[in-house]
Amino acid sequence: MGLLLAVLVTGIGTLVVVYAAAYLKGSDRIGRFMGFLFLFAGAMLGLAVSENLLVLFIFWELTSISSYLLIGHFHEKLESRKSALDALLITAGGGVAFLAGVLMLGEVGGTYQLGALIEARELVQEHALYPAIFLCVLIGAITKSAQFPFHFWLPGAMAAPAPVSAYLHSATMVKAGVFLIAIVHPLLGATPLWHFTLMGFGAITMTWAALVAMVQTDLKRLLAFSTVSALGTLMMLLGMENTLAIKAAMLFLIVHAFYKGALFMVAGAIEKATGTREIAQLRGLLRTFPLLGIGAVAAALSMSGLPPFVGFIAKELLYEVKLEEPPIGMILLVCGLVANAANVVVALKVGLLPFLGTRGNEEFKNLKPRGIGFWIGPLLLGVGSLVFGLFPGLILGKPVEAMVQQVAALDFEVKLKLWHGFNLVLLLSLITVISGLVLFFFRDALWRFGEFLRRRLGWSGVAVFRAGLAGFLRGAGAITRGIQSGNITVYLTIIFLVAMATLGGAWWLSGYSPSFPTRGEFRFEVLLLGLLLIGLGVLTVRATRRMTSIFLLGCVGFGVAALFALYGAPDLAITQILVETLTLLLFALAIYGLPGMKEKVAPNPRSWGALFVAICVGTGFTLLTLKAFDVQLADAVALDLAAISLPEAYGKNVVNVILVDFRALDTMGEITVLVIAALGVFAMLGDKGIRGGGSSMERSPVLGASARYTAPLMIVFSVYLLLRGHNEPGGGFIGGLVAAMGAVLVHLAHPSKPLRLFRLGPGALMVVGLAFAVLSGIPAWFFGEPYLTALWGGSLTLPAVGKVMLGTPLIFDIGVYLVVAGVVMMLYQTMERWQVAYRMNPNSTTSS
Amino acid sequence: MELIIAIMIGCLAACGTRMLLQRSLFRVLIGLALLAQAANVLVFTAAGLGRGDTAVIAKTAKELPEGHPDPLAQALVLTAIVISFGVLAFCLVLLKRTHRRTADADVDALARVES
Repeated sequence: MGLLLAVLVTGIGTLVVVYAAAYLKGSDRIGRFMGFLFLFAGAMLGLAVSENLLVLFIFWELTSISSYLLIGHFHEKLESRKSALDALLITAGGGVAFLAGVLMLGEVGGTYQLGALIEARELVQEHALYPAIFLCVLIGAITKSAQFPFHFWLPGAMAAPAPVSAYLHSATMVKAGVFLIAIVHPLLGATPLWHFTLMGFGAITMTWAALVAMVQTDLKRLLAFSTVSALGTLMMLLGMENTLAIKAAMLFLIVHAFYKGALFMVAGAIEKATGTREIAQLRGLLRTFPLLGIGAVAAALSMSGLPPFVGFIAKELLYEVKLEEPPIGMILLVCGLVANAANVVVALKVGLLPFLGTRGNEEFKNLKPRGIGFWIGPLLLGVGSLVFGLFPGLILGKPVEAMVQQVAALDFEVKLKLWHGFNLVLLLSLITVISGLVLFFFRDALWRFGEFLRRRLGWSGVAVFRAGLAGFLRGAGAITRGIQSGNITVYLTIIFLVAMATLGGAWWLSGYSPSFPTRGEFRFEVLLLGLLLIGLGVLTVRATRRMTSIFLLGCVGFGVAALFALYGAPDLAITQILVETLTLLLFALAIYGLPGMKEKVAPNPRSWGALFVAICVGTGFTLLTLKAFDVQLADAVALDLAAISLPEAYGKNVVNVILVDFRALDTMGEITVLVIAALGVFAMLGDKGIRGGGSSMERSPVLGASARYTAPLMIVFSVYLLLRGHNEPGGGFIGGLVAAMGAVLVHLAHPSKPLRLFRLGPGALMVVGLAFAVLSGIPAWFFGEPYLTALWGGSLTLPAVGKVMLGTPLIFDIGVYLVVAGVVMMLYQTMERWQVAYRMNPNSTTSS
Repeated sequence: MELIIAIMIGCLAACGTRMLLQRSLFRVLIGLALLAQAANVLVFTAAGLGRGDTAVIAKTAKELPEGHPDPLAQALVLTAIVISFGVLAFCLVLLKRTHRRTADADVDALARVES
């Protein structure tokens, strides 16, 4: 089945590409067009040969997207864009349903491999989810294959260039839905639900579309509706119970691809040559385009189901199938008769009318014959219809047999014959052709009747769909405007409340009541510190001056540092103190030019609301902490890490070992974030007007004199901190912070000199540091280990520092050191430049 | 002891949230810093408070003593401190930039500018 589709895709694809080259000759977008066309062909091929349903889904969506791009080829036309969007929304919407179905199938069957799923078909069919799975897959299939009531996108898609219509919208893509139903037939088929829905959708689509097709006057729309009708026929056949139906479906699929592809190309060629697709204006083109005409007539005869064309065999089979399945078969038979008779009309209108007769229209007098590209495709397909019809068993027998066996999952011998002898089926064929001819004769009356009906009803699927879509967009817009007020306070309130509600809800459901742990012994200093921090926090909220609040914030930070120190985290305490100092510095630099904080306003509803949210969040944090004491999940990991820290990573400071060795990749991510933040700061402030440099800073002689000696000491000390970090408190983060402070101190003492550390500017430091960190992970590859695995070799005994183990983690830590120093220096430098610029010209920062 | 720290964390978080929900963008920034402090202490405390030993193996020992503080949480918090510093600096500059563009540093004014 898949292979057959693949042959169709590539075979017809070749003809279409040749044809498209002729059709779009001279267009400046032909490259783009061909690109999309090949994208589609590739996707369709992938779809045809996928065994995994998820892979199939991806190709499925790819065909939808390339179809969208191809329908919208003439994107300067509004109708073209609208039709493309309709097609995309419907097929992609069906795609979502299909994905849901596939995911459910995967859950139920435990695999996404189609073959394995088919082996487990009982499991799937008896599962409670079976109806849902089936309906989801069905929606995917009927939207893709344009079944009623989703059929309207296909006629709309005729806005596409003719090669696209011939290829995507008749021969291949729209068959994907049928293909999907066919390949899941062994898996989901043969249940009452399957039979009734498929036959129902199929029969309605087939009959309705055929009737609509009959009264169309536009060549391509006419063909489009008849394609919808054919797709309906296929769906209906796949929904039937007997194997013969599947045989008929497979044969009809091939036959239809041949004649419909040919007719679409004919329609396109005619449109290109004459500039119109209105049947009424087209006459006597056979003389100008003899070979195109032959192809068209052959295809039309095949479509009408006349012997000796292959269409005849297909139609015979259709009738035979329906006769075998009373009583439903009788209803379907009537539908089929109507549809086939309508098909005859359509075929004659497209294949014969434009070519026969004398040239009535003066405009067409001086038409020139076109190149080979125009007629080779239709001709080959038309003649193919004839050859297959004459020697059906020879060419078509085997592939159809193989397909039927796959789809029906049982052995079945296929015999295809042109002539079955005189029987009921032949009689039905005769009735079809005769009634078709009669209808054809009264085609003008039919058209008037159709127009009358259309005016009376006054609506169409497209209109309903577009109105619904517009309403949907309006609704979405209204909701978005409601939620996205643009006010940070509102956003934050929503975020906080939702987060706390989630927390509270989880607790409520789990029936948790906070216990009050008393494990740690009472420490008076911690009690004092806690009360102090609470007081500082409240004071920060109440502060009305910026400097006060910055100062209080710093105090909170130092209090937290003290807490870290009290509970055995010297690294954290040191880092916290350094960071707090730097934060104070930055804030102090930054408040230049910012407006003062407003005086406290009287309590209003807004502030009460904020207070409520704040209390919620505070309670949430407290409860979360208490809860965390009850669950001690992390212990195991931490114990392991602590145990292997010395023997495997040669480090006594477990925190540092974790940072540069065990979890080095995390640290790498974090220093990268730092660099990004610094670059962001630079990008926002480092622009024109604030490149003033530090020359205007007044210089303090005392500071200058002391900095001359302290700053180099600080930098040396920072290196010491870095090197000893593996065994004692210290390391890259702390060392980097200290180094940056030293560099800033030098700069403060000598404002005329640029900010440098080891002769490198902040940007260079960040780059070099990141390079150190990134490269330090690479040597592990040469020993077959994962990236960033630590490698050790040798040691070095330094004065004061002691023994330093040499290895990649040390290089990594040096990288961290450089990055942190660079980032801090970059932040300082940018802020300082801003401040200098503000001092020199206070208005420049507010007026622009 | 844990209870006191838990209550303290809650208070800091409440103060931070209260500040975040104010109109002045400068206060919002202070609130962000406070909330970051609260979160850091939360992670630090949640891993269990040690008995005053450090997460550094003693000179003569081979392993950490029994009941040592959790080194993993410390490593997490250490990077969190540095990163919240970076983010704070970024927001500070964002504030200045906003102020330069809108000549105001007010949440409501910002909402008006957008719409």
